[in-house]
Amino acid sequence: MIATLAFYLFATLTIASAVLVIFARNPVHSVLWLIVAFFNAAGLMLLLGAEFIAMLLVIVYVGAVAVLFLFIVMMLDIDFAALRSGFSKNLPFGILIALVLLAEMVLAAAAWKAGPVTEGAPVAASQPNIEAVGAALYGRYLFPFELAGLILLVAMIGAIVLTHRSRGDVRGQKISRQVDRDPKEAVRNLNPGVGEGMKL
Amino acid sequence: MIGLMHYLTVAAILFTIGVLGIFINRRNIILMLMAIELILLAVNINLVAFSAYLSDITGQIFAMFVLTVAAAEAAIGLAILVIFFRRRGSIAVDDVNRMRG
Repeated sequence: MIATLAFYLFATLTIASAVLVIFARNPVHSVLWLIVAFFNAAGLMLLLGAEFIAMLLVIVYVGAVAVLFLFIVMMLDIDFAALRSGFSKNLPFGILIALVLLAEMVLAAAAWKAGPVTEGAPVAASQPNIEAVGAALYGRYLFPFELAGLILLVAMIGAIVLTHRSRGDVRGQKISRQVDRDPKEAVRNLNPGVGEGMKL
Repeated sequence: MIGLMHYLTVAAILFTIGVLGIFINRRNIILMLMAIELILLAVNINLVAFSAYLSDITGQIFAMFVLTVAAAEAAIGLAILVIFFRRRGSIAVDDVNRMRG
């Protein structure tokens, strides 16, 4: 009973906040509604018994991706009102496409029948979720897991290379010149006599 | 009782909202990226629901890979957005026609 109530609560809030993401006037509000949507989707996954994915969703999406979006929205000085100009023009066509898509998915789901699972990683009911995930991830799916790490590395290097700029007008530290400097050339000892020295 | 179909329905509605978001926010690429995140979230819900109802862990593993790709895609997309904004001073993507595509 409580699980049924929790499902309807999480599902309603997920869908409502997703609608608010795409219809919010202020993009900052969009990002905040996206965070709400992710939290409620994590709740749905908890109800399904996938605790690890639920926590990962909160950490990765809310902790990293949503903060990244928030950072970009607040950093760039963008006139968001001008970007909404085509909104009402695109709305009927978009709703048409969305309804067609939804009808297709409903038809596909109605026609769907589960076949036998021929190859997979079946999990016993007594096994904790995180243990099953770990066993599959570090056993059967080790190479795809390594590949996922490689994708993240490429994304990180790509983001740094794309946004890095070297500015010519800034005086920076040149470590090689500092190390190469010879004290004999850098300091002159003139040893002037009494009463001579610097002209003022 | 909540069955598999309930979760699939939620995921289908979420997917549709994501596609609608891409269509109606044609000029705002930040909202388009957020709509793509919603679509990937719907896919993740589907994968985890099937994983739970077939009692097979593979769906959850693949949900994790989708999560990885989503994070990488957001990072690269926003990096491209930042350099585009630095160069053009706006992010209106419907007048990106430098390559006449």
